[in-house]
Amino acid sequence: MASPVKVLDTFGSGFVHRALAALRLKGVPYELIQEDMSNKSELLLKHNPIHKKVPVLLHGDRAVCESLVIVEYIDEAFNGPPLLPADPYERAMARFWAQFIDQKFAGPFWMSFWSTDDESRQGIMMEAKQNLLLLEAQLQGKRFFGGDSIGLVDIAGSALAHWLGVFQEISGVALLTDDEYPVLCQWAKCYTDDETVKQCLPKRDELVAYFTANKERYKILANAMLQK
Amino acid sequence: MAGASDDGGGLLLLDVFGSPFAQRVRIALAEKGLAYERAEQDLAAKGDLLRRSNPVHGKVPVLLHAGRAVCESLAILHYLDEAFPSAPPLLPADPFARARARFWAEYADRVHFCGKRLLWARRDDGGEEAAAARAEMVGVLRALDAELGGREFFGGEAFGYVDVAAAPFAAWFRAYERRGGFSVAAECPGLAAWAARCAARESVAANVYAADKVCELVELYRQRVLGHT
Repeated sequence: MASPVKVLDTFGSGFVHRALAALRLKGVPYELIQEDMSNKSELLLKHNPIHKKVPVLLHGDRAVCESLVIVEYIDEAFNGPPLLPADPYERAMARFWAQFIDQKFAGPFWMSFWSTDDESRQGIMMEAKQNLLLLEAQLQGKRFFGGDSIGLVDIAGSALAHWLGVFQEISGVALLTDDEYPVLCQWAKCYTDDETVKQCLPKRDELVAYFTANKERYKILANAMLQK
Repeated sequence: MAGASDDGGGLLLLDVFGSPFAQRVRIALAEKGLAYERAEQDLAAKGDLLRRSNPVHGKVPVLLHAGRAVCESLAILHYLDEAFPSAPPLLPADPFARARARFWAEYADRVHFCGKRLLWARRDDGGEEAAAARAEMVGVLRALDAELGGREFFGGEAFGYVDVAAAPFAAWFRAYERRGGFSVAAECPGLAAWAARCAARESVAANVYAADKVCELVELYRQRVLGHT
């Protein structure tokens, strides 16, 4: 008998979405457990004592932490369409680009959207745009980074597909534009239109409302990041 | 390099001997008994092959296999398991065990980043930055010690993925102790014993600098680059 799958979740998290997208693509049913990140539950602290973050995947008595570790776990523990290619070299490339997205897009993008130090921001935005170009080149006429179907790299980049537009709208900062990145923008649309994955994407207007409400806090965070 | 040969279609490692990330790959290749060529890189004057092979980061290690470049040390470790299935695997077979291994190998990187903070901390602020770095380092080491849980290796009885990922950092423990004014053996006896087992292991000993040598290099760097001891 299959053990139930639960995911510790918080509204609006792009990292949680990665886990949910992987579960849906594999056809694995799951239950969400909402966390209040300002008042973390015993369950969260017990199962992710190191990072104290979401997502956490609970599968029977197992707890898996870190979104991309969770995605690979889902790929290996469950049957269903593979999220990574079969060929070892292609798998290495997928892992490389997933890690690239993780390393290069969180910090610099955050600072680009929210920091109020215009001079420093310019340099960071240039870096962010160059990294977007590298991703654009990586698509090379494929529908998804994974080829014909959504894979690890697409899931890793899902925040670019859905969240970036929200941040751009709220902050007034345009990074990912149609004319500069036509291929990447088309990919974003394919990802967010996908019948399977869209079921676990937070509603756009709810994201806008949520992030708008927290805007001032993000500015403080971004300026602090710039200082480091 | 020496080792039972595998018809790997030519393995070439773009390397810097002292890079802990490159050391992971050399240790893995030795554990698997895979023959390879090693090309020491000058990161201050990067060659064409490195630039072409790792256009995104321009970093080592890069493993070229029959001319195709694999970058990022942990991706390379996975690649070695998958491309050479007849060699002993680094990762366990069970998906949950694999997830745990991936989590802890990634976590082990914190030793390196805390270590940098600790080693190059300024000395003119009343020791505040150094104290914070030491506290963070001890926390990370204790977490690793708890995960090790008194076992011989992170891989259990077998030297595995997390051991390969973390062993290069263990070679720096003495340097961290001296700079930080703490003792790994006192804080985490299990981890200290693990570090000693790694140091004695052939694949590790051949591919990392001995602890005293690391201390020497750290002092040299502090004098030459930072301008103070």
